[in-house]
Amino acid sequence: MAIELVIGAIKAVVIVLLVLGLTTLMLWFERKGSALIQDRIGANRAAVFGLGKRLGLPNFGVINTVLADPIKMFTKEDFVPDGADRFLHGLAPFLALFPVIITFAVAPMGDILRIGKYDIDLQPANLDVAALYVLATIGIGVYGIALGGWASNNRWALLGAIRASAQMISYEIAMGLAIIAVVVTYGTLDLQQMCRAQGGVWFGFVPRWGILLQPVSFLLLLISGMAESKRVPFDLPEGESELVAGYFTEYSGGKQAVFMMTDFAEVLLVAVLITTFFFGGWQVPWLYRDGFHFPGGASWMLPNVVVALLQFVAFWVKVIILSCLQILIRWTLPRLRYDQLMRLGWKGLVPIGLLNLVVTAFIVVAAGGK
Amino acid sequence: MTPISYYMALSAILFAIGVVGVLVRRNVIVMFLAIELMLNAVNLAFVALGRRIGSMDGQVIVFFVMTVAAAEAAVGLAIIIAMFRNRETVDADELNLLRW
Amino acid sequence: MPQPLFAFLAALAIIAAFGTILQRNLIHCVLGFALVLIDLGVLYMGLGAVTVGFLQIIVYVGAIMVLFLFVIWLLNVQADAGVRGGGLGLKLLGAIGAAALAAELFTIFFNAPKLREVRTIAPDFGSVATLARVLFSQYLVAFETTSLLLLAAIVGAIALARRLVGQTARIAPPAPRSAAAETPPRREVA
Repeated sequence: MAIELVIGAIKAVVIVLLVLGLTTLMLWFERKGSALIQDRIGANRAAVFGLGKRLGLPNFGVINTVLADPIKMFTKEDFVPDGADRFLHGLAPFLALFPVIITFAVAPMGDILRIGKYDIDLQPANLDVAALYVLATIGIGVYGIALGGWASNNRWALLGAIRASAQMISYEIAMGLAIIAVVVTYGTLDLQQMCRAQGGVWFGFVPRWGILLQPVSFLLLLISGMAESKRVPFDLPEGESELVAGYFTEYSGGKQAVFMMTDFAEVLLVAVLITTFFFGGWQVPWLYRDGFHFPGGASWMLPNVVVALLQFVAFWVKVIILSCLQILIRWTLPRLRYDQLMRLGWKGLVPIGLLNLVVTAFIVVAAGGK
Repeated sequence: MTPISYYMALSAILFAIGVVGVLVRRNVIVMFLAIELMLNAVNLAFVALGRRIGSMDGQVIVFFVMTVAAAEAAVGLAIIIAMFRNRETVDADELNLLRW
Repeated sequence: MPQPLFAFLAALAIIAAFGTILQRNLIHCVLGFALVLIDLGVLYMGLGAVTVGFLQIIVYVGAIMVLFLFVIWLLNVQADAGVRGGGLGLKLLGAIGAAALAAELFTIFFNAPKLREVRTIAPDFGSVATLARVLFSQYLVAFETTSLLLLAAIVGAIALARRLVGQTARIAPPAPRSAAAETPPRREVA
């Protein structure tokens, strides 16, 4: 009993540290990647005692984004505007970040890791209704944004909050429809089971990943996920050319940093969901529980620890690639207008999602599913 | 394990709070919230009793109550919007045109 | 559900419920109620109704309560008089009445003899599959009827909240009561 608690605690710490670390990585990629796309140099100044220069390395701006920016953010004045709801103003950023972070508790980072006589499931929390859990936490995520905007006692912030809540509720429906179609396909709400169902290959070389079964769902989840995380084509709640900075206009210092972290954590979350549903989660092609089995009959046996490690790395590599894809999309597309946003959500994604769900259900029944 | 009667007691208290809310507040939105509170108190009783007799019926009814509450919220809030547009108030006491 | 956890959740629910009906600021009322709803969702999960608990959070907290916030912001009604009306005597009477109602319900439910024993349930009690099986067999007609109800609600909400030409939001102070009867002829917006 005690050892299980320790294992659970270790899993929780690992996932939280990983998410925070990857959030910083995304921050770096956002700054340096956008510079690359826009033909700028980007962050390249800060260094620790000029170490990189002394060793003759180019400055990639890592110190800037990983060390200098956070220090700057957290040492700035924490400003609360006059007439603001002080309690909610302070609570809102954490109310926004918390649901996103706890959603990672169901991220399946790998299959079973066997240490001694203990079988450790590499999913931090093995819920059999994980898909519902994801929808619930995403639903709660609206509150932090909405209250942050309202509690600031600022018109721009309130407008941003209203836009954000309308947008997030609308796209939650498309997101839910995409997830339900995946659930119907695999016949389970358990993310770990979904990953297991995506093991193996078709015709010896095509991995049995969900994207081949549910391509429409994949697009729906990608688009609605980007809208949920309020990223650029959908960043109307921030819309700096119209609303100053939208719902976090009146935030500064550490609290604003928390809002920014929420943004990047949401990008990661969408990537985790897409990886799990459509890219096999921790599945590596031809890798089974006991090692690689290649189509030609060749095989390469591996100990369980190595297999688990490979799966773990594969999962996070997929997540990082998908996160970078979202950031690339962000720096490529212009912002939508609000009516276009709503039209896309309600007249585009929702009907497509419904149609996709109905077709999926028919096929599953015709194929003799449960 | 907690006996079911504790859940029923909590349900009773929440229901009473909801009744008080409707009676003491004149703001239509808060009255609406208090009504929803009563609905939820009853939902808790349904789930708890369903657990006691080992039947899914209680949960199914909660599911239906949720659906009805969603419909009710949509229509109710639309009525509040229409009312505010006409009378500039959400105070139930000021809606006295039909009062004798 | 272990008793200390139940005690904590119950206390939280009662405090949040009082917050819902006693707070002056409407937003705080809505937040108090959202807290009650999350709390009840967790209680449902503790009672084995896992699916219903999550649905409660998704539907009630994630959608309906946000709709409330939305309407409050749209109407820009924020401050409120809170509890008022009636003299001290009436308030006292009301408090006694409320306490009596709570005490009565409490006594009836708490002392019901059969509710004291705890029964074990099947492991899949309250799972999605079990709920769906009951919902789509025994309650199928009711389920289909709710879809009709929701459709009617959507139509009704749009019909009620739609703005008509000649009925713009008033900027001038509210006109005297008698003027409210003679509204200009309405035309629907294309």
